[in-house]
Amino acid sequence: MTTPMTPGIQSGRLSADALSRNFEDLHAPLDAHEARVAADRCYFCHDAPCMTACPTSIDIPLFIRQIQTGTPEAAAKTILSQNILGGMCARVCPTETLCEEACVREEAEGKPVIIGQLQRYATDTLMAKGVHPFTRAAPTGKSIAVVGAGPAGLSCAHRLAMKGHDVTLYDGRAKAGGLNEYGIASYKSTNDFAAREVAWLLEIGGITVETGKMLGRDLTLDGLKADHDAVFLAVGLGGVNALRIEGEDHATAAVDFIEDLRQSTDLTTLPVGRNVVVIGGGMTAVDAAVQSKLLGADTVTIAYRRSRAEMAASPFEQDLAAAKGVRLMFNVMPTAIADGAITLEYTATKDGKLSGSGETVTLPADQVFKAIGQTLTTDAGLKLEGGKIAVDATGRTSLAGVWAGGDCATGGEDLTVTAVAEGRDAAEDIHAAVMGA
Amino acid sequence: MADLTTNFLGITSPNPFWLASAPPTDKEYNVRRAYEAGWGGVVWKTLGSEGPPVVNVSGPRYGAIWGADRRLLGLNNIELITDRPLQTNLEEITRVKKDYPDRALIVSLMVPCDEESWKAILPMVEETGADGIELNFGCPHGMAERGMGAAVGQVPEYIQMVTEWCKKYYSKPVIVKLTPNITDIRNPARAAKAGGADAVSLINTINSITSVDLDLMAPQPTIGGKGTHGGYCGPAVKPIAMNMVAEIARDPQTAGLPISGIGGVTTWRDAAEFMALGAGNVQVCTAAMTYGFKVVQEMISGLSEWMDDKGYTSTADFIGMATPNVTDWQYLDLNYVTKAKIDPDACIKCGRCYIACEDTSHQAILMKEGRVFEVDDSECVACNLCVDVCPVEDCITMVELPKGELDERTGRKRGDYANWTTHPNNPSAQAAE
Repeated sequence: MTTPMTPGIQSGRLSADALSRNFEDLHAPLDAHEARVAADRCYFCHDAPCMTACPTSIDIPLFIRQIQTGTPEAAAKTILSQNILGGMCARVCPTETLCEEACVREEAEGKPVIIGQLQRYATDTLMAKGVHPFTRAAPTGKSIAVVGAGPAGLSCAHRLAMKGHDVTLYDGRAKAGGLNEYGIASYKSTNDFAAREVAWLLEIGGITVETGKMLGRDLTLDGLKADHDAVFLAVGLGGVNALRIEGEDHATAAVDFIEDLRQSTDLTTLPVGRNVVVIGGGMTAVDAAVQSKLLGADTVTIAYRRSRAEMAASPFEQDLAAAKGVRLMFNVMPTAIADGAITLEYTATKDGKLSGSGETVTLPADQVFKAIGQTLTTDAGLKLEGGKIAVDATGRTSLAGVWAGGDCATGGEDLTVTAVAEGRDAAEDIHAAVMGA
Repeated sequence: MADLTTNFLGITSPNPFWLASAPPTDKEYNVRRAYEAGWGGVVWKTLGSEGPPVVNVSGPRYGAIWGADRRLLGLNNIELITDRPLQTNLEEITRVKKDYPDRALIVSLMVPCDEESWKAILPMVEETGADGIELNFGCPHGMAERGMGAAVGQVPEYIQMVTEWCKKYYSKPVIVKLTPNITDIRNPARAAKAGGADAVSLINTINSITSVDLDLMAPQPTIGGKGTHGGYCGPAVKPIAMNMVAEIARDPQTAGLPISGIGGVTTWRDAAEFMALGAGNVQVCTAAMTYGFKVVQEMISGLSEWMDDKGYTSTADFIGMATPNVTDWQYLDLNYVTKAKIDPDACIKCGRCYIACEDTSHQAILMKEGRVFEVDDSECVACNLCVDVCPVEDCITMVELPKGELDERTGRKRGDYANWTTHPNNPSAQAAE
């Protein structure tokens, strides 16, 4: 029988029951009473800091008050009018570094209003009623290409459709959703939420989804420009940074593991190592590490080359990993991977530069994931900046008629919520441009 | 530990916490449990005349107002007086009083407004050995439609008349329970005193509709699609009750008339406040109905701790101490000046003070870079709204301007005490000397 102790990379380390428990919702949904009690803690601040902290500027005090007064549907409309993917953002936003960090209750007592969970309560309530609260404006006769059906593309497409434009939403993969569908830990998006949210979003009408069509493979920017009045690129970051060390072949991309996990219909068939090491310090590293542990790996280590304070994953994510039994190692960088083991060298920062101290440690490692960042794979001939498509505040690229947003473009953090804001704002600018305003 | 023994009308009880005449005091079973839990006294639920008892509705009798997490803030009821036979109640009262001689036991009464009815019931009540009676001139629903309860309490002449009958046919203390559903509480209190009442108790419940069912389009509690106004009680009514207690306590015509304070008493502090305003004891109902009889233990320990802190050895030490400080608006010091002061270290930057002042008051709070909030003394009228809306206790305080200091708002230095009666803007101002 396979157990967490079974050597190598094996599937079925845990029973189906244990796996289903491990991968259930990270936060159980609030019921109506819990939501009202939680909502009552909101002070309805003036010029609320939480709202300022939200990349999509959701009117948080208003939607919480709407929950508190028993109208979660109205709350959902407040949320969705700013952020059409409010349901997913409620699940995946690092609220502890955004709205909840800014909440005055955090300053007052270290316990913010649980804004993310309240947002989920509101949006779930509306979606459960099968209501799509927006309608299309009169047709404009304009056609817009949106390339990439991740958060930025979906947000842009919805806003454009609302304005009355006809949108063709292209995506290279088999399903729309982007990282919502293929990235993100399973326990943050249960019950196929990403796909359900896409289906719900498309109820606006006017959006034609064409999957299996990738820019640079099946589509060209020139072709898109010729066929449409405007183009929005939201192609994400398709490449994975390399470790550039001996034995690199033994390491695989954390994003691929996360994708396999998300797409798996039977987790008992998904293999994972007995000893797993994840290289990196961001959310992807945490998602891969925690899920390895939940799949039944015996030991899981996150190896990060800088200190805890510099880790991109928030303290909440760090605590989550620790609570699930993941070991967090700081100030170590990989120097070599061999079959079944990884060698890490301790690091030190001198004059702002990170370098190896010469001291090494070797850990058993059947499986090594690299999660040290992703790269743009499709530049489409546009001007780049820091490895991303250069855009202005409204998403305009160096090429007239082409906008870009989300992870592939400059500006903002690489977060779902930031992508949604960029898609929405680009849509507003595209609308103004094509309507000749 | 301070001695909480309270003497009210010569009736001593181990503490000033009595249960008001209400559902919790309708039966021997409940009253025994109340005494066992520590209640100092009980006013037995109102008895009616001999004969077929009243009937209650068999639908909901209570409506409620909730705060966060369903904390009960206000309760309303449409229950009538006891619906059990008079003899049953009298027998139970007799037994209970015999078993608890150290506790106060008062019998609440409500019979038709004629001398014969009172003459008939009073000797029977006297026989029970209870310590006194309370005349229910307050229930605002049901019985008032039959010319009893609040219908009597709203007519001072009737109050005096019935009180006189009671003093005539009953030898022990007579407490008159007043309805708040009137314009000036002093008139019924004066009538009770004129009729020879030994004390007044107040308030009874307030006419109210607690909520409307927006599907049925009917007031709640809803009985077969209809509702009626009920009597409102609980924490929400305390401010109304305390004002009425103070009005009677400081009215020269009723000064010294003992008062049993009722209305939203939920904690020891509520009781201390009622008593400071002149109540000789308090009666409690909603708190017991919400939490059970055990709640009295907190009231006892809390009042005792506070008395120890203050050096009071008996409840008589502080009863009525705040009464002289209740005055008319015209006597308030118009030269008294305070200014709001915000403690930036305690501030959590919610901005509630700012928006309250900006939108609804005097534009006296400035919102500066980095959400720093400051009071503009030249605009602050010291209304206290910022203090009231601030979620942080003691973050905003009202600081008194010393005499002789400049009030930046008026451009005048703070002067000595002066009130409206001598103010130059007052057309009927009296000469200062």
